[in-house]
Amino acid sequence: MSARLRSAVPAALILPGFLLVAGLFVWPVAQLVATSFGDRAGALVHYVKIFTEPTYLRVVGRTLLLSAQTAMLCVLLGYPLAYQLNRAGGIGKAVILVCILIPFWTNLLVRTYGWIILLNPQGVINGVLRQLGLIEGAVPLVYNTTGVLIGMTQIMLPYMVLPLAAVMSRLDPAVMRAARSLGASPAQAFLKVYVPLTLPGVLGGFLLVFMLSLGFFVVPAILGGPRDLLLAQLIEFNINQTLNWPFAAALSTVLLAATVTLYWIGDRFFGLGRLWGAR
Amino acid sequence: MTGAAVQISHLSKRYSDFVAVDDVSLDVAPGEFVTLLGLSGSGKTTTLMAVAGFVDLDAGRIAIDGRDIAGLPPEKRDLGVVFQNYALFPHLNVFENVAFPLRMRKWTQPAIEKAIGRVLDIVSLGHLATRRIAELSGGQQQRVALARALVFEPPVLLMDEPLGALDRSLRDQLQTEIKRIQRDLGVTVLYVTHDQEEALALSDRIAVMAEGKICQLATPDEIYENPASAFVAGFVGESNFIDVTMRGQDGPLATVAPTGIPGALFTATTSRAAAPAQAQAVMAIRPEALRLAALQDTPPCNAIPGRVALREFMGATVRLTIDTELGPMIVRDGRVSEAARFKAGDTVRLSWNERDALLFPPR
Ligand SMILES: Nc1ncnc2c1ncn2[C@@H]1O[C@H](COP(=O)(O)OP(=O)(O)O)[C@@H](O)[C@H]1O
Ligand SMILES: [Mg+2]
Repeated sequence: MSARLRSAVPAALILPGFLLVAGLFVWPVAQLVATSFGDRAGALVHYVKIFTEPTYLRVVGRTLLLSAQTAMLCVLLGYPLAYQLNRAGGIGKAVILVCILIPFWTNLLVRTYGWIILLNPQGVINGVLRQLGLIEGAVPLVYNTTGVLIGMTQIMLPYMVLPLAAVMSRLDPAVMRAARSLGASPAQAFLKVYVPLTLPGVLGGFLLVFMLSLGFFVVPAILGGPRDLLLAQLIEFNINQTLNWPFAAALSTVLLAATVTLYWIGDRFFGLGRLWGAR
Repeated sequence: MTGAAVQISHLSKRYSDFVAVDDVSLDVAPGEFVTLLGLSGSGKTTTLMAVAGFVDLDAGRIAIDGRDIAGLPPEKRDLGVVFQNYALFPHLNVFENVAFPLRMRKWTQPAIEKAIGRVLDIVSLGHLATRRIAELSGGQQQRVALARALVFEPPVLLMDEPLGALDRSLRDQLQTEIKRIQRDLGVTVLYVTHDQEEALALSDRIAVMAEGKICQLATPDEIYENPASAFVAGFVGESNFIDVTMRGQDGPLATVAPTGIPGALFTATTSRAAAPAQAQAVMAIRPEALRLAALQDTPPCNAIPGRVALREFMGATVRLTIDTELGPMIVRDGRVSEAARFKAGDTVRLSWNERDALLFPPR
């Protein structure tokens, strides 16, 4: 095989993927951004609307808040899970992985409707609480932000746990021993050495979950209530109901810009790209 | 700071059915520098980490100045430990790395600053206090690890291959410094290495380890001149080994027949009680104990003919490989010695003194 041919083969293999990404992703996104600026009344009308009308500002604010809450919950639940995943051997590791990954592999709709069965006023959780005499009536766990938060956290948890566990596994165990030999109790060694050294993983995971949550549609649409609309739902509403595509495009562009900015911050300061081996 | 005595008695550790440390006993005197020397996997680190408190022992007792420390967690043992690859805290700068043990001991800030100023001077790092760990060279990281382990004035310092990751010249330099610091501070050191030159240069005594056991514990001179086994003779310094059969023994002197030359007889020295005639043995001779002469000289006893196969100039010494009926033999002598005059291809006569030919049981 000639040198020329040898370098041509990988190029040919990359081509279909490249065309797919360029044709089906980059081009439509460019169109989308163009559409958002393309109104005859002025390039920025839709953006002015988003950032001045309280209704839309509230949606943006609510989306940011819910995404942050989801990411925070994922940190709180994910840190101990990742820690155990990294320490456990054989069977323990498998059990934790299965618990995290089975929901991950399960169909999104199935999983989300599953939550309704558990969370609705006549559902399993309220039933148990009533049986125990802890409540009368029902705690509202679904068709509101609580429901969305629960569903989102479950879906996002692997995006926190897996990169974090990878960061933890790269930590040299001798460093923890060194802390102990220098006079630190196990708790002090954990707080003064383990936590600071795994913090980049926490911040990276937080940003990743936050970013992914910003644009999430299915869970809020099924588990959310009619009064707490999120950005993705607002976009869907403008596309399917009011047919205001330029406004939907502007909303999407805001979402895209926020995501790209967050990714840049994460990559620049917390090595987000490294978390999944991008460099 | 004065050193403490370390007593290790009958230490054993097994991993499933593999014995990593096998009944190791070792007494280190206050202020003494003792090295565990052995090949990789011989149980050095396990022994050292047992003293530091990181290994659950199957049997044995460890005492510091007579006090049993078996029940104490690592943080209560008050020992300085320098780990293989240093194990510095990458999120802290040099100052905070060294301050860590003092903060754990709740020292006041002025006391911390004073102690760190002093210890960083000892390891010549005073100018780098605010550097990040990632910005340091290997040698500098090694000094930080040393400073961090010494700053709280522990009576005992444990070091696991502290120079293993450094290049030759840096290693020689730090070796001298470690020795100087240890002398100045009077701290007891238990040191681990697989490098025999390092062990010979640094130690008051060396414990040679193999397969989890100590096979010889003695001063560097004693180990070099009087190795306890063929293994030690080959591992510490270089030795030529010749398979022989015992023929007779008179006190420490023995007559042996080399397996390679039918009919020849040599005399050699043995430290063991009389071995039965016909027993197999191995004779070890140091390269510098072999003499080279031109072949035509009258042959003394304990001599064999040979031909120079390779001559390597080592600087201060010359190393010659001589092909003989007993296989290749290594000769080492000074740069201006008689042996150094021979070139590759010359026919020569190799001879040695019976005092320098040591007999051991076969390996
Ligand atoms: N945690 C462990 N589990 C199983 N085997 C181990 C463990 N630690 C050490 N060993 C084994 O014990 C032997 C001695 O190890 P070590 O003390 O580290 O040797 P050295 O420091 O002399 O190279 C090695 O064969 C090693 O594989
Ligand atoms: Mg080791």
